[in-house]
Amino acid sequence: MVTTTLEDRLRDVAGSVPDPELPVVTLAELGILRDVRMTGPGQVEVELTPTYTGCPAIEAMSADVERVLHEHGIPQVEVRTVLSPPWTTDAITAEGRRKLAEFGIAPPRPTGPAGGPVPVALAIRCPHCGSTDTTLLSRFSSTACKALRRCESCREPFDHFKEL
Amino acid sequence: MKPAPTAATPAATSTAAPAPAGSPARDVAAAAPALALGDDALVLSHRLGEWAGHAPVLEEEVALANIALDLLGQARVLLSLVGDEDELAYLREERSFRNCQLVEQPNGDFAHTIARQLYFSTYQELLYGQLAVGDGPLAPLAAKAVKEVAYHRDHAEQWTLRLGDGTQESHERIQRGLDALWRFTGELFEPVTGLDLDLTALHDDWITRIASVLTRATLTVPQGASRGAWTAGAGRQGLHTESFGRMLAEMQHLHRSHPGATW
Repeated sequence: MVTTTLEDRLRDVAGSVPDPELPVVTLAELGILRDVRMTGPGQVEVELTPTYTGCPAIEAMSADVERVLHEHGIPQVEVRTVLSPPWTTDAITAEGRRKLAEFGIAPPRPTGPAGGPVPVALAIRCPHCGSTDTTLLSRFSSTACKALRRCESCREPFDHFKEL
Repeated sequence: MKPAPTAATPAATSTAAPAPAGSPARDVAAAAPALALGDDALVLSHRLGEWAGHAPVLEEEVALANIALDLLGQARVLLSLVGDEDELAYLREERSFRNCQLVEQPNGDFAHTIARQLYFSTYQELLYGQLAVGDGPLAPLAAKAVKEVAYHRDHAEQWTLRLGDGTQESHERIQRGLDALWRFTGELFEPVTGLDLDLTALHDDWITRIASVLTRATLTVPQGASRGAWTAGAGRQGLHTESFGRMLAEMQHLHRSHPGATW
């Protein structure tokens, strides 16, 4: 019972680590934190899943999770990266989506059954002025997980967290 | 002439083996296919990285680098199934690489690179799609990577349409790239040791998709042989084309000159 409570607390601690590239959202909100398990006294195993296979932020995330758990009195932390089941943008929480939009990044739409590009042209809303009149500038933007768009109403370019 | 090993040299050490001595394959059954697919991803990633600073527009610079990064991530996972990723990437000789010859072909102009991207990403998406539904050791990576590659294929398709149905100049250039690379496409449908694939379905689906895109782009499906007598399956056996050695020299020189360098 005591272990479970501690495990829950450590899950909250690890989950509240901000994403190194999008510091407005946490690992829990992005759905990147898969599991936090006590494997013994002072011993914790953490499972993270990368957004993209080549995501360079995963190493910084592992180090950050390790550090905060050390700060919360856990001397032995093992962070493992798991690929299966593959991460999807559907794993981003409602709160995470709200924060992304507030930060100026249009949140992802629901994915299709196979993942990847969404074939139907569902409108993507400009995070600055709210217009749905936006066009794609490039499928790849500042990071692999984002596409670059422009709002035709306010003319501002913005990032769109693309569906995966 | 290669000197005969002296009595002091451990006889078991073979520099030509795919996995360097001291880093035995972590999963023997997965090692051969992981090396082939990992080398495909690594080599194409490096080729795409060569566009950095040279792409026609900034957005394409970013797009090609992002695709290269996805491929590099896939290569790291795959090569780690075989042994130490850095040793495998930086310390193997040309003949130990198992990538298909298509991915090592030089970038050429932008249209040539897009033609290579169209052929390869269409193949890779179908290949990973088959592996993802199986229960083999590569299934977790394939299930993840297939979604990334869908974006690479979409990128290549959109550019093929734009170049093919664009100006006379862009039309000619992409057709030239498609024709020149056609003879390297047959190798994609050769069996890969250790992979349980439906090669007939892979080939038929690939042809259907390529033909559909090229038709929409007002381009012609190349008619020549899709493989030469000596090129079929050659890359998978460690036989590579002339430019590959120069690419490796550039890719490996820093690590070989400064072993263990980090940044």
